[in-house]
Amino acid sequence: MPKTTFRLALAALGIGAALAWSPAGAQQPITIGAFLSVTGPAAFLGDPEQKTLEMYVDEINKKGGVLGRPLKLVSYDDAGDAEKARTFAKRLIEQDKVDLILGGTTTGTTMAVVPLVESAGVPFVSMAGAVVIIEPVKKWVFKTPHTDRMACERIFSDMRERKITKIGMISGAGGFDKSMRQECLNVAKQYSIEIVADESYGAQDNDMTAQLAKIRNVAGVQAVVNPGFGQGPAIVTKNFRQLGMTMPLYQSHGVASKQFIELAGAAAEGVRLPAAALLVAEVLPDSDKQKPVVLGYKKAYEARFKSEVSTFGGHAYDALFIAVDAIKRAGGADKAKVRDAIEATKGYIGTGGVVNMSAKDHMGLDASAFRMLEVKNGSWSIVK
Amino acid sequence: MLSQAVQFLFSGLTLGAIYALVALGFTLIFNASHVINFAQGEFVMIGGMTTVFLVGFGLPMPMAIALAVAAATGIGMALEKLAVEPARQASITTLIIITIGASIFLRGLAQLVWDKKLHALPPFTGDAPIGILGATILPQSLWAMGVGVLLLLALRWFFARTLLGQAMLATANNRMAAQLVGINVRRILLLSFALSAALGAAAGILIAPITLTAYDVGTNIGLKGFAAVMLGGLGSSAGAVLGGLLLGIAEAFGAGYVSSAYKDAFAFVIIMLVLLWMPRGLLGGAAAERV
Amino acid sequence: MRRDTAVLLLLAVGIAVLPFALPNRYFYDVAILAGINAIVCVGLNLLIGYTGQISLGHAGFFGLGAYASAILTGYGCPAPAAMAAGAVIVGALAALVGRPILRLKGHYLAMATLGMGIIISIVITTEDRVTGGPDGMAVAPFGLLGWSVQGEEAWYWVIGASLVATVALALNLIASPVGRALRAIHGSETAAEVMGVDVARYKRMVFVLSAVLAALAGSLAAHYSGFVSPAKAGFMHSIELVTMVVFGGMASTLGAVVGAVLLTVLPQLLTVLKDYELLMFGALLMGTMILMPRGLLPTLETLWRRARI
Repeated sequence: MPKTTFRLALAALGIGAALAWSPAGAQQPITIGAFLSVTGPAAFLGDPEQKTLEMYVDEINKKGGVLGRPLKLVSYDDAGDAEKARTFAKRLIEQDKVDLILGGTTTGTTMAVVPLVESAGVPFVSMAGAVVIIEPVKKWVFKTPHTDRMACERIFSDMRERKITKIGMISGAGGFDKSMRQECLNVAKQYSIEIVADESYGAQDNDMTAQLAKIRNVAGVQAVVNPGFGQGPAIVTKNFRQLGMTMPLYQSHGVASKQFIELAGAAAEGVRLPAAALLVAEVLPDSDKQKPVVLGYKKAYEARFKSEVSTFGGHAYDALFIAVDAIKRAGGADKAKVRDAIEATKGYIGTGGVVNMSAKDHMGLDASAFRMLEVKNGSWSIVK
Repeated sequence: MLSQAVQFLFSGLTLGAIYALVALGFTLIFNASHVINFAQGEFVMIGGMTTVFLVGFGLPMPMAIALAVAAATGIGMALEKLAVEPARQASITTLIIITIGASIFLRGLAQLVWDKKLHALPPFTGDAPIGILGATILPQSLWAMGVGVLLLLALRWFFARTLLGQAMLATANNRMAAQLVGINVRRILLLSFALSAALGAAAGILIAPITLTAYDVGTNIGLKGFAAVMLGGLGSSAGAVLGGLLLGIAEAFGAGYVSSAYKDAFAFVIIMLVLLWMPRGLLGGAAAERV
Repeated sequence: MRRDTAVLLLLAVGIAVLPFALPNRYFYDVAILAGINAIVCVGLNLLIGYTGQISLGHAGFFGLGAYASAILTGYGCPAPAAMAAGAVIVGALAALVGRPILRLKGHYLAMATLGMGIIISIVITTEDRVTGGPDGMAVAPFGLLGWSVQGEEAWYWVIGASLVATVALALNLIASPVGRALRAIHGSETAAEVMGVDVARYKRMVFVLSAVLAALAGSLAAHYSGFVSPAKAGFMHSIELVTMVVFGGMASTLGAVVGAVLLTVLPQLLTVLKDYELLMFGALLMGTMILMPRGLLPTLETLWRRARI
């Protein structure tokens, strides 16, 4: 009995998939698969990513597609669960027979899928942060956001300019937080920075004054770094001010959206963080190569979805256009050729920076892609 | 060092007030029906999110709060009428799964009606910290604590002094007997869900300026509230508040003196030890099993 | 006993012919995940359905089994030995923890098991040097002496056979005098005690058995996916497992299998609804439990019997 139900269910699934699959026009579509954390703890990363992909796939199709072929987006919500991501990736490869895969909102979901795309040989562009995704280099795996190591380096070089040598760190229990914390610990020495306090908080915690009070009482702490995303950094920022702490507070690129300022309110004043040019699109100098790209994306996104653009959606923008650019250069959707073309990406100007990939570097961004921003009068400003 | 300890205490009291407010909602429904409502956290979310959006539409705060509490109350009543009442013959475990289904449903609904972003509610009376003994606390925490105490007193009065409260307790103890003495059991159950939803929403509004709110905050806050109830003892309003405060303080001191990574584990170990020593929680009464 | 044989045969035949309806590896994947969940649920159902003791912490045992395999094979331990070690560790832990916490009743037991599960998942998330932290860790394939289980089809048969073995074990246990003692405990612990049943011992035995089954399933899952993350040990996974048991039908071994299979397949079907997925899943779960409070299979069985009369 149960197996019959199961088979029926699976049959229904198959029929559903078959019905959904109907080629638009004479040309075979190029199928882009995506698995994103549209719900769950990373939803505010995954949601703008999903929206961005939908918007630009529509737009590209309206303009006649890529190489005359329409794009077809098949996307699934993994809710931030690595196990689900793995199953959906299998579905994309086996069932939907996609030509390439975008996504992996988080490092956890990305890494769960890496073995699959490597053995199936499908080009895969991740939107997650950690450096383990591209180090060591994996043949079929690429990524668009800056790494967490770069974020640490950018923060530490800013600290060096401010003559800061002893810092406290407070990080969340999530994958992003922990990975960045580890990277910061790894590179601190190169910047002669000593981490004298190291505290953490749970993913859904509501009050971090205890941890911050502990950091405050450690002798010699000159600044605090808070790797994390979600409500944690906003609460840390509020609690930081509540305790009357006046030393510099650094947040990570994980809070790089206007939403952080809204959530933390006045407490966000003076907070610094490394982020992509997208956040400061309007105030970029006209000579900046990225200005037209980031301004265009920002305007399009905000007009369509009536909400502030974030760098996370920008990662999806870059992933899609790097892929599209590669398909054009490869002259088709052949997986091996598209992979080679992605690896050969040179001088692509995206929301994250200028991308120059190579066989050794499957991300292609350098430290200049990160701008050090400071919150001033409820808005981002560039630290000169 | 004293100021640091006081700071940990304040942190614990802030957390504790949050947990206690949520725990009181669990207690109300349990007292009328012996059901643990796993969708209680969703009432908290609905309270916070509705207020955020109504304030966003330009409504004055008091009106937004009143409407949000009313909306949650309506949803609580609908939950009782549509999901719990039709399944009243079901086992406790089945009822738990039904309320889990309801919580997933409400989360899905919230995500559709609103969005998946985090939102902050402005504090009721500013966010200038108040300094005591070298430590600081936010006015909003005092709001949460103050209202928590008032609600506790109100509930105690309700259950001990009013006919309706007595009828509610009677219904929980023995539904058949309650019916026989002329209590309208159905209405009592509906009322308990309405009150509990209102309480949950009020809690959600009070804590939203501290904790921020989003469509999925209910799961975690519900879990902590449930833990607080069990620590304090099922069915006792004073136990719910005591459990909430102790849980919050355990977390804060655990983070301060033990390890911030293990503070939740520390709090759960304490709960488990208490339960081993007092199997019905701190203030839960003894009850003989019916054979 | 005849009915049990029929159930077992039905299950075995079902598993044997199912591959004819599986067009590709994705479908195999879903079937394997369903099978793994079913193994855990059959064990959990012995505890919840037959003995009347709830556990909101079984994902912790599942996670410990998975991580034991992941970590020990990482140090070069042969996979079967790592799996056995995981089962022994979890069995010992369950016996140790079970002694005090199984004295608790109802919601308090739920709280204690929940706390235990959460503590396990916090340890796994925090000790990132050993466990890889929140992003999880890679797991070596299941192998011994150069031979290893590779690919979805091989895994399908491994999981299928394990499931049949688990169901056979459960059916035998329920039909034995032990099973009768368990049901007496479910009816009333006090009454069972008066009749001379060693309630504490039986409860602990079932608790340990269900924990070990969860650990074994966890090991298999880790080797199959080649990957393990703390979410598998988390609170939400515990809730999922209990939901599967209750959905399929408490005190019905086949019901536990049905519940596990349906609730594994359902999200795969609902995912095409995008933003409406959660809403629909919640509504379906609520609706089923309201209309069939005893769970899917027992209710259908009753209807079937009535229809035949």
